[in-house]
Formats: sequence, C-alpha cells, structure tokens
Amino acid sequence: MPDIRDYTDIVGQGVIEELFLLAERLDGKEIQNINSTAVGGGVAEILSRMIPLLKQLGVNARWDVIKGDERFFSTTKKMHNALHGVDSPISADEFEHFVQVNRDNAADMTFAKDVTFIHDPQPIALVERKTELGSKWLWRCHIDFTEPRMQVMDFLNPYIAQYDASVFSAPAFSRHLPIPQVLISPSIDPLSEKNKDIPQSVVDATLAQYGLDRERPIVTQISRFDYLKDPVGVIHAYRKVKKYIDCQLVLAGGGATDDPEGMQVLAEVREAAADDPDIHVLFLPPSSDLEINALVRGSSVVLQKSLKEGFGLTVSEALWKGRPVIASAVGGIPLQIAHKYSGILTHSIDGTAYYLKQLLQEPEYAEKLGKNGREHVRTNFLITRHIRDYLLLFLSVFYPGDIVRFDGARNDATP
Amino acid sequence: MSEVTPFRFYSRSHQVLLLGRRARSIPELLEGVRDLPPASIYYHTHRFLQQHHYLSPEPPNDFAYWVTNILNLDNLGESLASVDIMAHTQIEDLRRAIVEKLSDHVAAGKHMTTAPPGEEFHFMACKTFVIPTQYVAHDLKEFAEQLSKVTLDTLYFHIFEAPLRLKQEGNDFSTWFAALGHDELARKFAAFDPYTVTLQRLRLRLIATVNKYA
Repeated sequence: MPDIRDYTDIVGQGVIEELFLLAERLDGKEIQNINSTAVGGGVAEILSRMIPLLKQLGVNARWDVIKGDERFFSTTKKMHNALHGVDSPISADEFEHFVQVNRDNAADMTFAKDVTFIHDPQPIALVERKTELGSKWLWRCHIDFTEPRMQVMDFLNPYIAQYDASVFSAPAFSRHLPIPQVLISPSIDPLSEKNKDIPQSVVDATLAQYGLDRERPIVTQISRFDYLKDPVGVIHAYRKVKKYIDCQLVLAGGGATDDPEGMQVLAEVREAAADDPDIHVLFLPPSSDLEINALVRGSSVVLQKSLKEGFGLTVSEALWKGRPVIASAVGGIPLQIAHKYSGILTHSIDGTAYYLKQLLQEPEYAEKLGKNGREHVRTNFLITRHIRDYLLLFLSVFYPGDIVRFDGARNDATP
Repeated sequence: MSEVTPFRFYSRSHQVLLLGRRARSIPELLEGVRDLPPASIYYHTHRFLQQHHYLSPEPPNDFAYWVTNILNLDNLGESLASVDIMAHTQIEDLRRAIVEKLSDHVAAGKHMTTAPPGEEFHFMACKTFVIPTQYVAHDLKEFAEQLSKVTLDTLYFHIFEAPLRLKQEGNDFSTWFAALGHDELARKFAAFDPYTVTLQRLRLRLIATVNKYA
C-alpha cells in the first residue's frame, strides 16, 4: 500500500503539502464512510486505497459496511439496474424489506459524531438517524443515472432530500434536487499495477508474448467484452484504416466466464476478426493488470469506442501513459478529453477510422495529444485530486458560502 | 521598506458544484447565463485555465468550447472566445459581455441549432477554499525563490482569483511590489495578460522579471 508521500514525485511537493493543509482543517472531526461491500467493485476498491491515505494525512476517517440478506441484495441489484434506465420493477414488499435492513443496520452501527458519508443507494435509508444524531450526512451516487426509472427515483428522493449534499461523478448525472450537488470524478492510482511506470523491457516482452510486431503500428482497445464497448465497431474502423496503413489491432479485456452475454460478444468479436492475423483478441484473466499496462504503453493509438459509458476510466489510464486516445463522446469521456487538445472525440465508426488514419500518419501530432492528455490526467484524474475533493467535501459542510478563506491560524474561517 | 508586511503566498482549491440545469440551444444557454450565480460565470470562464493550464494555445472558455465543438457555430464560438476577460474586473461585467454576444445571435434569428442528446451544456459553479501556505517572502529575491516553489494553484489564486472574486484591486503581486516601492515592476506585472500563456510559462516570465529588480 503506497504512502501519501510516494506521490510527491508524480504530482509535486506542493500538491501533497496542500493536502496536509486541508486535512489540518478537519482536525477533531470524525468521518465515517459506509457502503455495502468490503471487497469487489469500484467503490470498495477506491475506499480501500483512500481510507489509509486519509489517515496518513491525519484525518480521523473510517469505513463501515452494512449487512444484508439475499433478498436485500436482489432488491438493490434491481435498484442499480433501474437507475441505469433498465425496466426493473420493485414490489412494495421489496422496498419495505430494503428499509427494514437499513434500520436493522442503523440499530447495530456506531455512527461518527461529525460526518457520515454514504456510498450508493444500498445504505441510503440510514439517513433516517440524521436528525437524532445531529451530524452532517453526505450521499455519493457512483452510478450513471442519466435516465433513471421514475419508480426508483420516487422512492429514493425523500431520502436524498435529507442529506446535506450529494455527490455525482459526471455533470450529466446531475438533476433538480433540493440539496447541493458536488461533482467529484473518479480517479486512477498512478502507483497501481495497472498504471505504474514499467521498464521498456517489460513492454517489449509483453508485446512479444502476444505475437505483436513492434515495427508496425498497434491500435488497442482495452475493455471487457460487452456490446456497449462496441468491439465489433472497432474492428470495422480498423478495417477501413488497414486498407491504407499496415497496422495491428488488439482487443483486450476480461469478463466473467459465467457471463453468457460476455461470452456471446467474445464469440461475435472472434467471428468478425475472422482469419486476420493482425487482429489480436485477448481474453485476459482478472490478474492481468501488468499485461494491460504494457499493452497500452506499447500501442500507437488507444481506442475507447463505447456506445454508452459510466465514466470510462480506461481513457484516463491510457492518457496517463502518454498514449493518444480516440474515444466516443459519451458518459464521462468528454471530461477526460478536450477534442483535439488532449485526445480525439468521435461519434461513429467512420469518424473513428478517419481520425485513426490521421493519428497513425501524423505521429508527432498524436504524441502531442498524448502528452497533453497525460498532463490533463495529472491535474484532474489522479487519486491525489480525488483525496483533495473529499477533503473539500467534508470541509464544505462546516463552512458555507462561495468563498471560504482561512487566514493565518487554523480554524479562523467562520463556519 | 522594513515596514511592509511580508508577502504570504496562498493556495486555493475549488469544489465543483453541479446546478442540475442544462442547455441544448443558444436561447437556453442565454437564459442560463442570465440567471446563473456569479460563481458559475466565474467557473465557466476560468475552468479551462485550471484544467488545461499546460496547453498553449489554451482551449477557450466553456461557452465558446461548447458553441464551437458541439453546436458547430464557429463565428459565435470565436466571438465568445474573444471576450477579453482582462478588461472585465467584475464578474457582472463579464456576464454582460457574454449575454450581449448570445443575445445578438438570438436576435439575428440564428438559433435553430440544438445539441445532440448527451452533449448538452451543463451549468456548474465552484466554491473556493483559500488557504495560507508556508511560503512567505520578505524581499524580491525571496519572492522569486518562493514563486518557483509554490503550486500552480497558488499562482492561479494570486493572478486570477484574488482580483476577480475577492474584488481586490489589481493582482496581489503588483500591490505588494508597489508597497515595496518598486512601482515600475508593479506596473509591468499589472500589464501582463495571463490569459494567453500557460501558467508554467507565466511563472517563468514572472520570476525572470522579478530577478531583474531583485
């Protein structure tokens, strides 16, 4: 597990010092995070990295997990799908059980005296205890709810309204709410296996391992085999380019072998690839972070031709490695790429092919985009920015107003 | 000169707020710009400076970027990009300048274009936290040394945020130089247009200029 000071070489000493200065202002405050799973999933992953770093900064932060039975989690899965816009009706009994499980957890739980930060809908009803406890409550929705089903929103809205503030990952998820809404984008960890710097020899060995030729351009999309990532569309774009440029295509990603849809997509991708020896379809096991790191670093251009996307952190992961990226303008991707400044945004197979040809023919321009992209990620999408946003979020509930000015000694701003 | 208060460098952090409101067309953008809180006008005219501070030429303000890249209205986009932020010392003046350009476009009946679903303009704002850093300068030499160490957020605060949002007269640096009796240096700093260079280049230029007087 990295130490907060290990990030100094990446983001600069000033950024780390600033985190300590902000954390100092939370001295004496107790911050509690609550979600529904200790392992697996993006929320648990980020909390498991974030909590130790917050503690190193001197923040009294902790993390608790609610318990639930199968029926509860079956209901929360339906809620998740409904928030994604999928028709997923929930019965009155299921809603009632959901609330009861939250109340049972609330009865057993020791709440923080200052701030309780709830992640996602599963523990949302714990907020019923807020008035009695007199503490500040925050709710973060990590899910894309651009077009949520009304039934689930009608159920959640009275709970959301009780919080002091809500947090969303992208502007498109924002909606009319009676409480303040804060934008906090997800982040990548530059010291993780998937993103850390690796020697060129590892990159070369990985490319050789998968039969890739370093002498010819390599175009890569990293994503699980899912229709929404449009891997077959990527093959069509590659074919349009291949007529003019002798390049290779890598479609690499994982997926659960017990996911029938994923296997179906993989089969369709292999069929579309047919017998082209320059299309490399790599179904990778979950422990392939280092290989993915090397494949991206060895690529001439990285694609993310998603049809729909939550935030799309694979874009930041590629940009962080200085690779030029062509990605669809969906979900959180436009936050990560300013078109023609830090990458290319497209809307179609033709557009992807058009820009892919350009970047492969103009490697200097492509490198410039990659370089800008890396700097954009350094400033905006690394875990240190995420920590700063959380510190500001906790401070914001104690200090109202547009501008909070701390002058001189600690705690001199008027709460 | 010994009576002059030493210069303390401050840093600032922004919390980004979502306003739950979006625009699909120029009339909707105009309506939003008219109604937005001042913190939102500030955010949308300065976000690019913070998020893309390493780029030159820099992308334009959010309004110009959206109008040009999403609505494909190049003329209006260029017009919005050219709003001279340096010339507006108050957020409300800046708002008026943007409203005027959007109103002219709507009045000319050229407002039929709408953004495709998913590419609407999302109105946002920011809450600013200003924090004193450990860096303090007692003279020009020390000032130049400290300026090379502070974060770009600190530079950003003193150059952009303090004059426009805290309504301070001129930038903080010029004010302090003038207090030290370096009027010429103060005038030079006040005349820099920081909106057209990257923050890193601006930092180097400022250090080089201060060193000539140190």
